[in-house]
Amino acid sequence: MTLPKHELIDGKVIRHEQIGSNDVYLLDIDIFTDAEQYAAGQFVQLQVPDGEILLRRPISIADVNGTRIILIYRAIGKGTKRLTRVQCGDTVNILAPLGHGFNLDCQKPLLVGGGLGIAPLILLAKRFKGKADILMGCKNAAEMDWPVKMYDNITAENIITTDDGSMGLKGFTAQHLPDVLAKKAYDKIFVCGPEIMMKSVAEIAKQHNIACEVSLEKRMACGLGACLSCTIETTRGRQKVCKDGPVFVSQEVFFNE
Amino acid sequence: MSNISLKTEIAGIKMNSPIMTASGTFGFGEEFADFVDFNKLGASVVKGTTLKPRSGNKGVRITETPAGMLNCIGLENPGVEAFLQDILPRIKKYNCPVIVNISGNTVEEYGELAKMLDVPDVAAVELNVSCPNVKEGGIAFGVEPDSMSRVIESAKKNTNKPVIIKLSPNVTDIVMMAKAAEKAGADVISLINTLMGMAIDVNTWKPVLGNITGGLSGPAVKPVALRMVWQVRQAVKLPIIGMGGIMNATDAIEFMLAGADAVAVGTANFVQPDIINKIYDDLEKYLKEKNLTNIKQIVGKLQA
Repeated sequence: MTLPKHELIDGKVIRHEQIGSNDVYLLDIDIFTDAEQYAAGQFVQLQVPDGEILLRRPISIADVNGTRIILIYRAIGKGTKRLTRVQCGDTVNILAPLGHGFNLDCQKPLLVGGGLGIAPLILLAKRFKGKADILMGCKNAAEMDWPVKMYDNITAENIITTDDGSMGLKGFTAQHLPDVLAKKAYDKIFVCGPEIMMKSVAEIAKQHNIACEVSLEKRMACGLGACLSCTIETTRGRQKVCKDGPVFVSQEVFFNE
Repeated sequence: MSNISLKTEIAGIKMNSPIMTASGTFGFGEEFADFVDFNKLGASVVKGTTLKPRSGNKGVRITETPAGMLNCIGLENPGVEAFLQDILPRIKKYNCPVIVNISGNTVEEYGELAKMLDVPDVAAVELNVSCPNVKEGGIAFGVEPDSMSRVIESAKKNTNKPVIIKLSPNVTDIVMMAKAAEKAGADVISLINTLMGMAIDVNTWKPVLGNITGGLSGPAVKPVALRMVWQVRQAVKLPIIGMGGIMNATDAIEFMLAGADAVAVGTANFVQPDIINKIYDDLEKYLKEKNLTNIKQIVGKLQA
């Protein structure tokens, strides 16, 4: 078994700001090492700089820029709420890169993102150099503010849905997916978002006979495949989300439906 | 620091340092190969192993708690045969003693496991008689001295390797359990396993963990573990491996002063995957500062 090389890195916070109405923050960290080598879909384990928070927090890599990585997270629990207090210039320790990213092997990709799941698809869209489309959904127009800005000019087409119809199409991404698939000949779907949404998208992809990759999220402690907090049942036997994922072929993980 | 030695020996197992890993927190060791200098690790105690593969518990398996974490992995492991055939040949290259933590559903299963693991590349077996997260089997071997003794005897009869008994802190009298373990023929005592605990989500009114209860580890349990090591040291002659919330060299030194011949690092591996190296380096510095040359010089030296 060859494991990818992991590193503990002391990074310096370059930018840290709230970008979303629902406690969504952007953390831009200089890690003084080539971040362009990281694959879209990989993640880091970030140590919240406070003795009170014990375990590292897994956060997906939203984007990279030279030696910098962009993390987009939601301050939802004790650890991430404490993380919001980190200041520009502060040092944060990260364990990176972790997991396996998306397999970019396709001609016409469709990205489907829901809520915070829109974030890790940014780097994926950039790696597709403008040939990907994205179907992205949030609760309302306010929550869609940062995704609209982030996806300005990195995709061929952006299709927006909001639960309340305050921006773009009304409803969930999965509801509009069949229409989107009817318009263009996509050969692969990449999805990240709430599990219920990913399952719906995966099911539609299967019906249309289109390849689909999903990025899973699970509680984890080590991020290295040791603690077995994040193992899941798959058609290939038990797999670790942190090491074997977080990206999986949808039919390998959503096989009960 | 060439005149300073961290080398030690427990039940005939020669170790480069008194620093070991706690089962379940270090995988099979290879997961930490990018970070840990195996020359600094005394022994690698690998993931709890059972006769048959186990997929572990469903639902949420970990949650952070104040200064600690709860886990209910439920002994997920590939089974002893896969360990012997696939994993052991891979991890022997680290040249670090491998100790296998074993769990059985019956007294006989411990013997069977001990026998199968009596192979050249395994240094010892550690008996897990107190996994708080496994329901089947019905017998909590580790909370009752007679059943624990039968488990120890079963293992001892079937292997020539040292047998380590890992004591559960979830008992009324840890000293009584330690004495029973010594009488039953255990070669080494390790303590403590996790403390049974739970967490509740006040929004959903549901337990946080899929298994409802889990094992508490991390800095929160250290004072309890330290006290138990100290009490057991005074009651038995067997070598002791102390563990429970060791996050740094200072914690390790406390356990050794209390009477531990070696220490095991657990939860800290999750927080800082290269923590073994750091504790090793800091133990060397400590000996130098104290004008000591050998780590054994601090064992049991608590002046109480």
